[in-house]
Amino acid sequence: MLTDAQLRRKSLQYRRSLLQIIKHAGAGHTGGSLSCVDILNVLYNRILRVSPATFGAAGRDRYVQSKGHSVEALFVVLADRDFFPVAELETLCQYQSHFVGHPTRKVPGIEQNTGALGHGLPICTGIAIAGKLDAADYRVFTLLGDGELAEGSNWEAAMAAAHHRLDNLTAIIDCNTLQISGRTREVMNHEPLADKWAAFGWAVRTIDGHDVAALTAAVKSPLALGKPTCVIARTTKGKGVSFMEDVCRWHHGVPNDEEYARALYEIDAAIAAHEGVAV
Amino acid sequence: MEVAARIGLRQGRANLEEFADTLLALARAERRVVVVTSDSRGSGKLAPFGLALPHQLVEVGIAEQNLVGVAAGLASAGKIAFAVSPACFLTARALEQVKNDVCYSANPVVLVGISAGVSYGALGTTHHSLHDFAALRAINNITIVAPADNFETRIAVKAAAAAGTPVYLRFGKAPVYELPNAQEFPFGAARLLRDGSDVAFIASGETAVHALMAAQQLHETDGLNCRVLSVPTIKPLDVVAVLRAGRECRAVVTVEEHMVNGGLGEACAGVLARARVGVRFHTAGIPDEYTVTGSQADIFRHYRLTMEGLAETTRSLLRG
Repeated sequence: MLTDAQLRRKSLQYRRSLLQIIKHAGAGHTGGSLSCVDILNVLYNRILRVSPATFGAAGRDRYVQSKGHSVEALFVVLADRDFFPVAELETLCQYQSHFVGHPTRKVPGIEQNTGALGHGLPICTGIAIAGKLDAADYRVFTLLGDGELAEGSNWEAAMAAAHHRLDNLTAIIDCNTLQISGRTREVMNHEPLADKWAAFGWAVRTIDGHDVAALTAAVKSPLALGKPTCVIARTTKGKGVSFMEDVCRWHHGVPNDEEYARALYEIDAAIAAHEGVAV
Repeated sequence: MEVAARIGLRQGRANLEEFADTLLALARAERRVVVVTSDSRGSGKLAPFGLALPHQLVEVGIAEQNLVGVAAGLASAGKIAFAVSPACFLTARALEQVKNDVCYSANPVVLVGISAGVSYGALGTTHHSLHDFAALRAINNITIVAPADNFETRIAVKAAAAAGTPVYLRFGKAPVYELPNAQEFPFGAARLLRDGSDVAFIASGETAVHALMAAQQLHETDGLNCRVLSVPTIKPLDVVAVLRAGRECRAVVTVEEHMVNGGLGEACAGVLARARVGVRFHTAGIPDEYTVTGSQADIFRHYRLTMEGLAETTRSLLRG
């Protein structure tokens, strides 16, 4: 098991890698990928029982990324977990590449094709029901954006998951408070978020979505027997690059050469600081 | 009906009931079969299924998007999932889930559209599904099946359960006649109900019987020998049977309980045109207008989808 410090080091590397592939591709959802990196890091390095060798196994844990547009974060984590060579990410968004701008099952390690919002939670509800029917011990995780919560299908599934007492299901909300056209609370206010999920019958915990220890504690086991778990991860869009943090235009912005150099410098400085080395 | 008796049609029951019983038998033998309902177990004739196999029925409430998403999740986890809902809701409200969660992700769900076409004729346009063939034909990786009678229904349900790929089954709610030539035929093939070379009727679902009776009437009154093909599988289409009909007959009349835009008729027209088969051709179906309301029988009569209407249409086509 990696230590918290080792995980934090990995998050920095993931941020660096996803900026590299977005820059190389000339396309990508930068802000939202940076906001969910720590969540994916904890899931894939601490929680999920998945590996390239056992990916088809019936008893594997499932992760479905409902906010499919943040696929760059998922790609770099899957590459780090050896689902495919990291060099393949250089083909992101190129002609006939399997590495398109949203998750597809053509990429090893991807469970479901997502990208249209409001689809992950219903699918995961179905997988979790199957787990209950089969008395299987796998767990099912999905990652939602907070802007995505305006999709009504989420609330259909939220109701059904509680009704069917799916404590094998965990929904994590990457609550970065921004969406493509502005502040989520101004576009379509979803607060009080924790109260909403609790009212739908879920066990809810709100945490700092960049704190790997808090994330681990929140998702390492179901929060309550007989209830699905909702983890509201308070995050910062563009996390880790000062001029991208909490700035709407980085929803799907690609840094120019100067911005890119500055972003990598900041991340490299953080890596150096992490390792106690001055730059 | 006199003509029905003269060609030996036997009264069957609603395809929906045949579906429900076939599915229950399948599910007893294969525990992976799970049916998902959106408060539709009554309208889907699935109450006996729920009583007999409660652990193989999943209720999601009146929530068709979730119905299809949940079914996709169940299928991805190894279940043979049948998602059952009125066709009007299943193939419109949940179309994005069908496209992405079922077809694109290749989760082998069997989508069961019940009370399809104008089965709910008197309830109005909200409850008609006259778009479903067109909508689903434009989506990759799904087989579209509209059985004509109980025999085709049994074949279709069993084949769908075994398919391992997405399938859409479309059923009406009215009792139907059992059609002739109920011999095993390959799933996906057209079924020859009657042979002839003057006119070919190519019909799907619950209109096939009307085409068959029109063929009989045209024989009795006009001395015409009509071929009648029941085409339960709209996609992939039995191209060979369609081309033979176009090449061997003087006229082709397609018949469907669907808007003429994008359905069986236009699928056949495309097949014939691409093969440069020129033949007198008519697509009988619901025109592009606000559909008249009434019973299914009223609506069929209004749009000339019954024996008399089809026979008259055919005479005009041959004269024109």
